[in-house]
Amino acid sequence: MRAFSYEKVKNPAGAAARAAEVANAKFVAGGTNLLDLMKLEIETPLHLIDVNGLGLDRIEGTDDGGLRIGTLVRNTALAADERVKRDYPVLTRALMAGASGQLRNKATTGGNLLQRTRCPYFYDTAMACNKRKPGSGCAAQAPGAFSRQLGVVGVSEACIATHPSDMAVAMRALDAVVETVMPEGETRAIPLADFHLLPGHTPEVETALKPGELITAVTLPAPVGGHQSYTKVRDRSSYAFALVSVALIRQPDGSGAVALGGVAPKPWRNAAADKLLPEGAKAVMAELMKDARPTEQNRYKIKLAERTLASALNEAKG
Amino acid sequence: MNTHSDMQAGQDTALPGPTTSKTRLVVNGTERVLEVDNRTTLLDALREHLRLTGTKKGCDHGQCGACTCFVNGQRVNSCLSLAVMHDGDEITTIEGLGTPEDMDPLQAAFVAHDGFQCGYCTPGQICSAKATLEELRAGIPSHVTKDLLANPPLSPEEIKERMSGNICRCGAYANILEAVLDVAEAR
Ligand SMILES: Cc1cc2nc3c(=O)[nH]c(=O)nc-3n(C[C@H](O)[C@H](O)[C@H](O)COP(=O)(O)OP(=O)(O)OC[C@H]3O[C@@H](n4cnc5c(N)ncnc54)[C@H](O)[C@@H]3O)c2cc1C
Ligand code: SF4
Ligand code: FES
Ligand code: FES
Repeated sequence: MRAFSYEKVKNPAGAAARAAEVANAKFVAGGTNLLDLMKLEIETPLHLIDVNGLGLDRIEGTDDGGLRIGTLVRNTALAADERVKRDYPVLTRALMAGASGQLRNKATTGGNLLQRTRCPYFYDTAMACNKRKPGSGCAAQAPGAFSRQLGVVGVSEACIATHPSDMAVAMRALDAVVETVMPEGETRAIPLADFHLLPGHTPEVETALKPGELITAVTLPAPVGGHQSYTKVRDRSSYAFALVSVALIRQPDGSGAVALGGVAPKPWRNAAADKLLPEGAKAVMAELMKDARPTEQNRYKIKLAERTLASALNEAKG
Repeated sequence: MNTHSDMQAGQDTALPGPTTSKTRLVVNGTERVLEVDNRTTLLDALREHLRLTGTKKGCDHGQCGACTCFVNGQRVNSCLSLAVMHDGDEITTIEGLGTPEDMDPLQAAFVAHDGFQCGYCTPGQICSAKATLEELRAGIPSHVTKDLLANPPLSPEEIKERMSGNICRCGAYANILEAVLDVAEAR
């Protein structure tokens, strides 16, 4: 790990201002992703701004009947919240399908959204990776590369990495909005749909956040009810990242929302696919995967996603 | 804040502040004040600075659970946290749970059920087991909990899922489960 200086901050706008002003500074929250990457020198900040003293650790009702989740709410606390268990069960299910008990006690809401990919070549600093070192190439797309875990849709010639978060997939199905504060003190609200960016030619640019911008909260709209589930398929039954996951909200009339994890650089959902829910998994998946460009090794994910959705729909119908 | 690519391109070595910090930890009930390099993990502070070597380093990347200890009553991976981030926090390690003369019921159960082979993962397993039972009692759901609105049962499935962040290379899982179930049932 490279040497760095360290400070604690007390108010959100001040934190954002500091991050904009100090060269190569980074926020640290739970530290469970950032410190892992710093040990490998994939992340090399010169200065850490510890945001754990900012408050921002409450879950409160909003005026329109939804919830505002402070960025420092830990994954365990969010999953166990009575309102979340009752009104947004897809979120509890997704959180509990991720990481381990120890990690969830530290992982924060904002940090979870900003965790970086688990592409094995991103982690191996001896390999070419456009995300880690722009312009160096993409080892994951070289002939014979190990790509079975990687993305099939929304990916580009520059990068086929997936976003690894389970929580974000449920939040996407729930139409969550990310609230932030900028270094100048203004605040803004970014729909989660627009928060993560597709790689295109610039896979190193992963989110809509501006330099120094701090996540303060994630809001959920008023509860939509329906049958909610999160189905995660992985190489072992616990403590592993998703190969494919499906967040499903299904209303009694057959309408609803579906978001996929493990297949794309961001939680994967679109309105046209949601409309096809009454027609079943095949139609929905054809729409969600219409621009897929899988590798030989990860083509299986397209069929696996369809079957996972079919199984979730069957269960929802009871 | 700069983007990742900027960081790769030019390393400015002039840091905006000192590379060491003072941190006050309350470890197993005793206050310990340390001046550490900011890079020091909580795990290394415990093992290398405070000589509490019960907490083990397996992977150093959050993947094995050998470094599990308690921070303010909650289990965490001490390898993925910085000592300087814990100023004022209460830390409990395996040494704080019990002694050979006065073992915690879980420590005794691991001995009685042969819940280890080489023993390297054991401190982390015992800390996680203690947290597992507390989390179950607090009604915190898990991936295998069927009804989110009811209290989760003290079942083998629940315990196995909640212990999945602790890997045992020797594969002592069957006896670890017996030990934890034993204490769960005694409560
Ligand atoms: C072994 C292992 C297994 C895992 N398995 C899973 C899994 O199955 N599913 C899953 O979803 N996740 C999994 N995770 C990832 C885990 O969920 C993330 O590491 C965690 O959510 C990150 O949150 P954090 O608060 O620790 O973030 P940190 O490491 O503190 O920060 C992550 C990033 O977010 C930035 N950041 C943090 N807070 C803010 C803020 N308020 N504003 C702006 N930027 C901010 C930091 O600068 C950093 O770049 C796993 C992790 C490990 C180590
Ligand atoms: S897929 Fe993306 S993250 Fe993986 S090696 Fe290629 S550029 Fe890097
Ligand atoms: S040493 Fe911390 S999880 Fe392995
Ligand atoms: S007893 Fe050897 S690793 Fe678990």
